Amino acid sequence: MTLDRPGFADPAADAQSCFRAVLDAMSRPGTVVAAGAGLCSPAPLDPATAAVLLTLVDADTPLWLDPAASAAADWVAFHCGAPQAESIKAAAFACALAMPALSGLHPGTDLAPEASATLILQVPAMGRGTPFRLSGPGLRAPAMLRLEGLPDNFAAQWAANHALYPCGVDVVLCAGEQLCALPRSVRTEET
Amino acid sequence: MNGYNFAYLDEQTKRMIRRALLKAVAIPGHQVPFGSREMPLPYGWGTGGIQVTASILGRADVLKVIDQGADDTTNAVSIRRFFARTAGVATTTRTAEASVIQTRHRIPEVPLREDQIIVYQVPQPEPLSKLEPSRAETRRMHALAEYGLMHVKLYEDIARVGAVTISYDYPVMVNGRHLMSPSPIPAFDTPKMDGMAALQLFGAGREKRIYAIPPYTAVRPLDFEDHPFRLTRAPHACALCGAGDSYLDEVVTDDRGGRMFVCSDTDFCAARQPAGAA
Amino acid sequence: MAYVAVKGGERAIDAAHAWLAEDRRGDPAVPELATAQIAEQLGRAVDRVMAEGACYDPGLAALAIKQAQGDLIEAAFLLRAYRTTLPRFADTRPVETSAMAVRRRVSAVFKDMPGGQVLGPTYDYTHRLLDFALAEPGGAVAEAGTAPPGEPMPGVMDLLGQEGLIEPETGSDNRHMNVPGDLTREPLAFPAGRDVRLQALARGDEGFLLALGYSGQRGYGGAHPFVGELCVGEVAVEVEVPELGFVLDIGDITVTECQMVNQFRGSKQVPPQFTRGYGLCFGHSERKAMGMALVDRAMRAAELGEDVTAPAQTVEFVLSHCDNIEATGFVEHLKLPHYVDFQSELETIRRLRAGVEEPG
Repeated sequence: MTLDRPGFADPAADAQSCFRAVLDAMSRPGTVVAAGAGLCSPAPLDPATAAVLLTLVDADTPLWLDPAASAAADWVAFHCGAPQAESIKAAAFACALAMPALSGLHPGTDLAPEASATLILQVPAMGRGTPFRLSGPGLRAPAMLRLEGLPDNFAAQWAANHALYPCGVDVVLCAGEQLCALPRSVRTEET
Repeated sequence: MNGYNFAYLDEQTKRMIRRALLKAVAIPGHQVPFGSREMPLPYGWGTGGIQVTASILGRADVLKVIDQGADDTTNAVSIRRFFARTAGVATTTRTAEASVIQTRHRIPEVPLREDQIIVYQVPQPEPLSKLEPSRAETRRMHALAEYGLMHVKLYEDIARVGAVTISYDYPVMVNGRHLMSPSPIPAFDTPKMDGMAALQLFGAGREKRIYAIPPYTAVRPLDFEDHPFRLTRAPHACALCGAGDSYLDEVVTDDRGGRMFVCSDTDFCAARQPAGAA
Repeated sequence: MAYVAVKGGERAIDAAHAWLAEDRRGDPAVPELATAQIAEQLGRAVDRVMAEGACYDPGLAALAIKQAQGDLIEAAFLLRAYRTTLPRFADTRPVETSAMAVRRRVSAVFKDMPGGQVLGPTYDYTHRLLDFALAEPGGAVAEAGTAPPGEPMPGVMDLLGQEGLIEPETGSDNRHMNVPGDLTREPLAFPAGRDVRLQALARGDEGFLLALGYSGQRGYGGAHPFVGELCVGEVAVEVEVPELGFVLDIGDITVTECQMVNQFRGSKQVPPQFTRGYGLCFGHSERKAMGMALVDRAMRAAELGEDVTAPAQTVEFVLSHCDNIEATGFVEHLKLPHYVDFQSELETIRRLRAGVEEPG
């Protein structure tokens, strides 16, 4: 049980600061920002992952939680109160420790591309691992992002996701007390 | 303020708006429907902008509110007071000192920075609304990127009077995909949106739509090669600070045709005047 | 708090609010209105504010009316803005209007029916002559009305239904299983279901619904309505408490319900029959409930295979414009300064005129 772990110490202020971190990250793809500092997150979730859940997920958003994170399921249920999604396709948010196939998440529809899912993906580390070149809205010049723990075919999966634009999945990557984001609008190239 | 949450909105409402904002940023220029709440200010007074500001604002923020470019217009005063009262945040009239700027009808003259966010109040988020009143239909047009109707309107303007007659709320193409209303800013301000360093957020409360432009995003006014987009500005210098490149208000000084032209951006103008002159 | 003082605007607002307070109070020699007086003696105004303010609280509605100097749309807005700040504890069960404690019930389609016609407190047969006795204190004489009848009142629509002459009301058996939409949480999307349409109308402006209903009667949409049943009375509001496993009666509210019967020629699949238009609103407001029922039926045109030709039949048009808080905001916002945009219009017109006068 992980219910002894508290949520945000100061709910309004902590949610606001985590949201601004996610907003900043989504606005500037690949930029690594701090989030979740001081949050006593339930294993196996890192503070940034847990903070993003507390900030964005609630009773209105069906959540798919990676079975590998089931030790944190009680904590997530108690603090977020999100209904469990019937399948990963039906989830508004998916929280995973290993990247599920992006094509398995809801990409939104032509009339409502905003109805797409957001993937909250916890990775071992940022700033190490495979380098990706990012370009698109939010970036004045192409930027480099190094990520560890992505599947080998990530570049191909992302290209397929980006090709759905304006539909497509958005990803928030979390590691420790850091996060960065890849909105569907961004193009990635393995270098 | 006693009895109300920080920045007035309850946390559940903020989460809903925050989710809409993130989707809006991920699809630049696309209008995201959101569960707009009734605010204690009337629709039309900036309820969309207020809800966006309330959802992003934190205790460390410094807020600037302008209406028509001025900090002391009554509605700007009223909205600034609302946030000073409900969130206790610091407020400023100095563009450079602000981390969040809520605006109606203008973009400040001084270029905004990466660490700033500008929130626009939007009365009518649908750029096609004057050409097609049904939102069910315009939504379909956006889905298909079917914007011929707007090109035809511009072309008819040119054919009839030799120029595009839209002088404010000039339709723009964002990220090469979505036609967007820049809100009723003068066409003079439209180029400032292109590649802006700051994040731009748009809130339409009555119409229940949120949209966004991330930093450094392409924002192009619709035009034709042989009739390129042109700025509209009174051909004068500011009578107070002498600026020859700012957007000007025309102030009627008497009933015999007397006119005075002064900067619409009051902070920009004050900063250019000698100390004590303002 | 680094609050920075600015010029004129702040002082002007403070002065305006002070003046408003003085204006609201009126002549201090005249006794101040108590909200209880408003709630008791201006009940129809209170009812309208509760309906359009979408919040059933006569005391707060009376306060809003006092604060708004009797401007009922402004009062409804005050109540709406208050309502949005309230936490949601639970959803109520659908109110059971068939169990209404009826004060007034009329049907225009039968001369008499079980339970009878109950005229109740109505202006319908008053002569609209100013009653100068009311101008004098003590002039308002209260006479006890007849006690409401106790006998059961089967619904008029059910009487028609026994013969299969009217379309069955669908979905009523499992309403609690299909959670109705809520446009205060989710923005309107089209096509809009009847649940959301009725919600929008119940909150909608009485004058707008009245005018649209009237337009249908005059030929814009070809309505052939009859008042099947119009009832005013009290219904119980019940909340299911899952934790406790029982239903809690949290009190009674006054509602007005109108069932409108409309002719329907039938189609290839459906034999000729009567169709329904439904209106339900807070408080005693027959005009509102009837307008709502007319417009509800008009908006069903497409569903029933009728041509959609008139404003009242156009769902997006009706729903986008029936809310008077939205409408008054957008109309009245034209009072806000628009001089920046006007300036750009001025310059454009000057430029175009210069081009006309000096070609090239």
